Amino acid sequence: MCSVSKVYGEQLSAVQALDHVGLDVAQGEFVAITGPSGSGKSTMMSIIGLLELPSDGEYRIEGVPVQDLSRDVLAALRNARFGFVFQTFNLLPRTSALENVELPLVYAGIGARERARRARAALAAVGLAGREDARSNQLSGGEQQRVAIARALVNDPEVILADEPTGNLDSKMGKEIMQLLARLNRERSITILIVTHDPNCAAYAERQVVFRDGRIIADSRTASP
Amino acid sequence: MTLLSSARLAWAALRRNTMRSLLTTLGIVIGVAAVVMMQSMGRGATAYVGEAISGLGSNMLFVVPGASSRTFGATALGVPLFTTGDLDAIHRLARDVGALAAANARVLRAVAGGNNRATNVAGVTPGYFDIRQWGVARGRLPSLEDERQAAPVCVIGHTVSDELFAGQDPIGHEIRVHDVPCRVIGVLEEKGAAFGADRDDVLFMPYATFSRRLVGGDRVGYILAAAIAPDRIDAAREEIAAILRQRRHVPPGEVEDFAVRDPREIEALLDTVTGILTALLAGVAGISLVVGGIGIMNIMLVSVTERTREIGIRLAVGARGGDILAQFLVEATILSALGGLIGIGVGLAGAFGVARVIHVPYIVPGVAMPVAFGVSVLVGIGFGVFPARKASQLNPLAALRFE
Repeated sequence: MCSVSKVYGEQLSAVQALDHVGLDVAQGEFVAITGPSGSGKSTMMSIIGLLELPSDGEYRIEGVPVQDLSRDVLAALRNARFGFVFQTFNLLPRTSALENVELPLVYAGIGARERARRARAALAAVGLAGREDARSNQLSGGEQQRVAIARALVNDPEVILADEPTGNLDSKMGKEIMQLLARLNRERSITILIVTHDPNCAAYAERQVVFRDGRIIADSRTASP
Repeated sequence: MTLLSSARLAWAALRRNTMRSLLTTLGIVIGVAAVVMMQSMGRGATAYVGEAISGLGSNMLFVVPGASSRTFGATALGVPLFTTGDLDAIHRLARDVGALAAANARVLRAVAGGNNRATNVAGVTPGYFDIRQWGVARGRLPSLEDERQAAPVCVIGHTVSDELFAGQDPIGHEIRVHDVPCRVIGVLEEKGAAFGADRDDVLFMPYATFSRRLVGGDRVGYILAAAIAPDRIDAAREEIAAILRQRRHVPPGEVEDFAVRDPREIEALLDTVTGILTALLAGVAGISLVVGGIGIMNIMLVSVTERTREIGIRLAVGARGGDILAQFLVEATILSALGGLIGIGVGLAGAFGVARVIHVPYIVPGVAMPVAFGVSVLVGIGFGVFPARKASQLNPLAALRFE
């Protein structure tokens, strides 16, 4: 996957979350987007993840512009190519870890047996084997976030988008989550984009993009750790 | 996403709010229960009346003094009764009338041994039993000879037999009716209850015996007449009316001071009443179903708002609008279908209870149940579309951020 330039201007109510931002992400990259609150980094993430469309400009996935695609095609693209990890975990309440992880597969139209098999494998990959039947509210924050990562992982996505994945966790758990994401990037060459304002988290990435006032003010690479 | 998994999902969601789900279905439950219950009771009442009327005898006409034939009111006071002379005249002149019987009845106290019971005591001519097609279970019916001699004999209904003789064979025993002794010669076949009255709570004696000993005069309270054939009932009726008008000196054009009734008229009247009631209840049920549908819509809207985040999560992981639409539509449909099923249950149970209390047959309304169920499902789909569409059109990001 090579994602191409996207420019975005939010004209409504004079709030310009992103001001003609250009960003290319190549397959297999581990990118950290940092910047102060309101700098537009989360908006950027939503556009990359097809949760909303740019109001202006162009976003291409593998050279294909997305703004003319229908809601259903966008949904299918989200399902097949992206995995999301949120600050607030966003698991379905009162639902088992296994069912949460199966959710993307349900919408991919995969049969129950295959769903369970892949969901178990994904849970095992994030170190939660044996916790399949725990309800999401019975899990610790770190476990919930790992379930969320397993859910992001289960469809073999090309990109995992993580919006402040460690924001609600203590530093020890945050470190584990970051190590997990780094490992997925390394071992499965999944492209990973994280939004964070924690420099320790950003340090895991090989590329740091800094936002301020809806613009990119820095884009630097560090050698892979 | 298959329909089955949508259904499973919807069921789980409804289970989470069991009480709310049940209350939501209430409107549908009431609507469906009303339809089912009305259908069951209406059919039961019709069957019951049909049964009661067939128990009266075939081709039967019932002549009473006083009331106009247009009303089913009680016999007016002060109107002269009939006499045996009237019967003779009808017997001689009415060509379409077959069997004919005079009858007069009172509620009197019957005593046998240490037992007594106030019962319906009637004096009837022997033709009465032919017309009503009523035979004896034991013993014999009063004969023409008994009638001619005004013999002190009687036949009794099952209830009277049980009450006065407590299981013993009453034949040959004496009953004192209002201090007039008479010998039991037969026990009638059991007829059961009709129109709320026990038809076995009776004691019959020859008309002559009743007139002379108990009434003291030739007074015919009512006349039973049977037409010679079913298609001659109306003709027989005209003839009886004409003869009685003449004998009772009713001028042409005046309203008769007696009535010739056909019990089947009751059936027709009941059909009309049942029809009106059914239409009324259908209206009530319709309103209830609409209100129930709005209740479902309301709760589904609440549910969509409550679960906005859930919808956001589903959209983020790749649910299409159609998947979300299906999920909520199926949920609304299950809710209303459930209401329909509960309503059918409640309606059947209610009809059963009422049938027990008022002693009419209990009939399970075959067609009404699937129709009522189908309507409730349609209500769920109809009123579920709007909330489900609303859910399916949510913006994924806005839904995810919804607090």
